[in-house]
Amino acid sequence: MDDAGSVIAFWLLAALTVGAALGVIAVRDLVRALVLLITSFLGVAGLYITLSADFVAVAQVLIYAGAISILLIFAIMLTPRASRDNAETFLQIPGLLLAGLVAFTIGFISLQTDWSIAERGGFDETASAIGEALLSRYVLPFEMASVLLLVAMLGAIVLVRPEGTPEE
Amino acid sequence: MPPLAAWFDLRDLGHYARSLLGWLSDDLGAPDWVTYVVSGVIGIVAILLWLLVSQLAFIWIERRIIARMQARIGPNRVGPRGLLQPIADALKLLLKEAITVRLADRPLFWLGPVLIFVPAMVVFAVIPFGKGMALADLNVGVLFVIAIGSTNTVAVFIAGWSSNNKFALLGAMRTVAMLISYELIQVLALLGVVVFSGSMRLGSVVEWQSHYNAWLLFLQPLALASFIIASAVEINRSPMDISEAESEIVAGYHTEYSGIKFGFFYTAEYFAGFAISAVTVTLFLGGWTAWGLEEWVPGWLLFLSKLYLVFFLFIWTRGTLPRLRIDQLMAFAWKFMLPLALLNVVIAGGEVLAWREGDISANVALPIFGAANAVLAAALIVGWGTFTGHLRPERRAKQAVLTQELGAVYYVPAGRHGVQPERPLREA
Amino acid sequence: MSVGLEHYLVVGALLFGIGLYLALAKRNFVGVLMGVELMFNAVNLTFVAFSRFVESDEPLSGHVFVVFVITVAAAEAAVALALAMLVYRNRETIDMDRINLLKW
Repeated sequence: MDDAGSVIAFWLLAALTVGAALGVIAVRDLVRALVLLITSFLGVAGLYITLSADFVAVAQVLIYAGAISILLIFAIMLTPRASRDNAETFLQIPGLLLAGLVAFTIGFISLQTDWSIAERGGFDETASAIGEALLSRYVLPFEMASVLLLVAMLGAIVLVRPEGTPEE
Repeated sequence: MPPLAAWFDLRDLGHYARSLLGWLSDDLGAPDWVTYVVSGVIGIVAILLWLLVSQLAFIWIERRIIARMQARIGPNRVGPRGLLQPIADALKLLLKEAITVRLADRPLFWLGPVLIFVPAMVVFAVIPFGKGMALADLNVGVLFVIAIGSTNTVAVFIAGWSSNNKFALLGAMRTVAMLISYELIQVLALLGVVVFSGSMRLGSVVEWQSHYNAWLLFLQPLALASFIIASAVEINRSPMDISEAESEIVAGYHTEYSGIKFGFFYTAEYFAGFAISAVTVTLFLGGWTAWGLEEWVPGWLLFLSKLYLVFFLFIWTRGTLPRLRIDQLMAFAWKFMLPLALLNVVIAGGEVLAWREGDISANVALPIFGAANAVLAAALIVGWGTFTGHLRPERRAKQAVLTQELGAVYYVPAGRHGVQPERPLREA
Repeated sequence: MSVGLEHYLVVGALLFGIGLYLALAKRNFVGVLMGVELMFNAVNLTFVAFSRFVESDEPLSGHVFVVFVITVAAAEAAVALALAMLVYRNRETIDMDRINLLKW
C-alpha cells in the first residue's frame, strides 16, 4: 500500500490508537480513561478500513464502541463506592517489565519473520464472502457462538438477580 | 434546446461537481488526491448547508403544525407570520450565557455537545440523494448507519456524566438503557430489508426497489413500523422524549447545558430526525426513484419531498400522542417489538428462500409476499399485542396490592368506573 | 514510503503490550477489563492484517476469526461485569488489591 492517502491514514490512525491506549494508562480519572479507550476502538476500526476490511470495521464500531463501552460505563456507574482514580496496584513495575517484554518479543518476531506476502491487493467486498463462509464452512463455530451468547446472557442475568427474588 | 438540456442537467446535480472536478484534473493537471479531497469537501459542504437550511425552516414549520394540531396558533409575532422565529431562536441561544458548572469535568463537558452531532451528520455520507449523488456509497451502508447511530449512546452518557449532576446522570442512564434496547430492534428491522435486497449498499437497495417497481414499504410493513418507532426512540423524539422533556427529571442529560451548547443538542435532534427520515426513505420508500417519475422530476427533489413527508409523520406523532413512561418504553421494546422483529426476519428469509429456490417470477411472487406480509403484520400486531396486554386494557390481568379488607386500590377496567370486577383479584 | 504488514504487526504488538500492562497493573476491575479488551483488539488487528497481506487459499478466514473473537469478547465482557457487580455487592469494593480472600 504505497499511495499517499493510505500511508497518511495509517500513520494518523496508528498514532491515534496507540496514543489513546497510552492515555488509558496515564489518565487519572476512570471515566476519561474509558472515553480514551473508546477513541482507541474507533482508531482500530479506522485501521481495519485501511486494510479494506469494511464489514469488520463496522462490526467493531457497532459492538466495541457501541455496546462493550456501554457495559463498561454501566459497571462504573453501578459501583459508586469504588475508587475511580485509575490507580495502579503494587505490581506496577513487574507488570511494566512483563508487558514491555511481551510487546518487544512479538514485535521482534513479526519483523524478523519472512511472511509470504500476497500480490493480490485489497478486497472488494467482504460482507457477502464472510456471510457465506459463516454458513458453509464455519457453521459449527457460528452455532456454538450463538449458544455461547445465550449462555452468557442467561448467566449474567442469573448472577446479578437481586437477593430475595423467589425462585419459581 | 438549451432550456431542456439545462433541466436535464438539474436532475443530476452531480454533473456540476463532476465538471468542476474534470476541470481540476484535466485542465489544471492536479494530482488524484486533490480531486478526491475536493469532491469530498463539495459533498460535505452541500450536505451541511442543506441540513442547516432545512433545520431552520423546520423549526418554524414544526411549531406551527403542532400548534395547529393542538388548536392554537403557534409563533406569529416575530416577522410576518412568525417566519423569523428560527432566527430569533438562534440569536437567543447564541446570546445566552453558556454556563459551565464549576465542578464539571471540563474536557468532557465540552465534548458532549460536539459528539452528539457526529451520528446525525455522518449518516448522511452514505445516503444516495439522487442518481450517483451519494457522498460515499459504502458496501456496508446499512450496517454503517446502525453502527454510527450506536455511538449516540456514548455521546449521551458523556453529556450526562460530565455535568456532575445526579439528575443529569440519572436521565443519561435511563436514556442509555432506552437507546440500547431499541438499537436491537432497528438492526432486526433493517435485516429484513437486507434479506430482500441482497446487499447492504444503500444504492443497491434503491436500485432493487426501482428494478422490481416495488417499494419495500409494501413488502416489509412490519419492518418499516419497527424501524420508525425504534428510530424515533433513538433520537429521543416525542412521544418518547422522556429523557429530555422539561417535566421529566429536569431535562435529562442536557440539564446543565445552556446557551449555544444547548443549541447544539437542539439542532442535533433535528439533524437526527432528518437522518432517520433519509434512511427510511432510502430503504423503504424507494429513495430517489418513484416508478419512473425520476425521468422528469429531479431525483433529489423526489427524495427531499419524501424525506419531508416522513419527517412530517414524526411531527404529527409529536403533536398527537402523550409521552410514554420509561418502564412502558422498555416493556414495549423487549416484550412486544423484539419478538415481532425476530419473526419478521424469519418470515422474510423464508419468503426470499421460496422465491429464489422455487424460481418464481417476480411479478407473481412480490404481490403475494406483499399481501401476505401485510396480513401477517396486522395479525401479529393485534395478536401479540393482546397476548402481552398492550391492546385491550380491559382484558389485562389486574394486580391488587392490598386486599379489600384493608380498603385499598383496585385497578378498574376502562370505562366501567365503580363496577367491581367479576373475577377475584389476583393476590400479590 | 509504503505501509506493509510489519507496520500493522508492530501496532498490534504495542496495543497488546499496553493491554497487558493495564490487565496486570490496574487497581480497579474496570481498568483490568479495559486492558483485556485492548488485548482482544490487538489480536483482531493482527488477524485482519494477516488476512490482507499474507497469501492463503482462504483469505477471508482471518475476518471470520475476527468476527468470532468480537462475539466472544462481548459475551465475556458481559459475564465479567456481572461478576464485578456480584463482588461489589458482597465486598463493597472492586479494588483488585482488596479482593484477595483466597491468598495463601
